[in-house]
Amino acid sequence: MESKFYEEDKLLIFKITDEIDDFSVQKIRRKADYEIERYMPKKVIFDFNSVTFMDSAGIGLIIGRYKFVKMLGGTVELANLTSSIRKIFEMSGILRLIPITNLEVS
Amino acid sequence: MKSEIENEMKLEFISKSANEAFARITVAAFASQLDPTIEELADIKTAVSEAVTNCIIHGYDKKQGIVKIFARLTENEIIIEISDKGKGIENIDIAKEPLYTTKPNLERSGMGFTIMESFMDKVDVESVVGLGTKVTMRKVIKNKVENEESDDEFEMITKE
Ligand SMILES: Nc1ncnc2c1ncn2[C@@H]1O[C@H](COP(=O)(O)OP(=O)(O)OP(=O)(O)O)[C@@H](O)[C@H]1O
Ligand SMILES: [Mg+2]
Repeated sequence: MESKFYEEDKLLIFKITDEIDDFSVQKIRRKADYEIERYMPKKVIFDFNSVTFMDSAGIGLIIGRYKFVKMLGGTVELANLTSSIRKIFEMSGILRLIPITNLEVS
Repeated sequence: MKSEIENEMKLEFISKSANEAFARITVAAFASQLDPTIEELADIKTAVSEAVTNCIIHGYDKKQGIVKIFARLTENEIIIEISDKGKGIENIDIAKEPLYTTKPNLERSGMGFTIMESFMDKVDVESVVGLGTKVTMRKVIKNKVENEESDDEFEMITKE
């Protein structure tokens, strides 16, 4: 997973580059929480453009980060969801809390 | 022309989460004999990942055990059985409910069974407390049927 912080907007973007399952999610979670604590962002965007697979572990990952970021006073958004990833998030209901945003594919 | 593909495979591995990707990729490779669409393959991969992860994190918890997969192809359907000899499920109806999880502290969302049911055509769960759990999932691979139908149509048109 790559991350980029934009100081002026207090915006933190995570570009997830792994498959997201119960195995890989532990590493992603650790890195995300570390960077969130370090930068205290106002907004966090998870970019799914390079995610080739995601199962229910991705739901837990995003809900967990949403709670953490919210506690620190920020918001979370999701970008570049494939149809299958979108279907999984839709089923879980989290899109009612966490909006999908436009982000150019980098 | 109809080709009668019938095939079977078995896979056994230790309950380590590093094997989740191995399991879903192997089943998807096997399923590709039925000429599924990319979307159908993605659905199969996701459902297998859910069932295998459940065996590892719920069935065996932190203990080590064996996860078994038995997959069968008929002419246009894949049937996948995924089983563990772990702790079993007390109430299957409750376990299948969306958002029901016994491990919320581990950031589980309780959506595994819901995802399996929506991505596959049929999901059956058998479980005995203390003996283990077996999930049987079936999916008709439509791509093949559709292709054959359109071939037939084409033949009809050319005959006329
Ligand atoms: N193989 C299994 N052995 C024992 N219990 C299981 C098994 N599979 C599922 N369960 C029980 O059923 C519940 C629901 O499973 P489900 O996959 O829907 O959600 P989850 O695994 O808790 O969360 P998620 O899959 O969204 O990460 C689990 O919390 C667990 O209690
Ligand atoms: Mg599950």
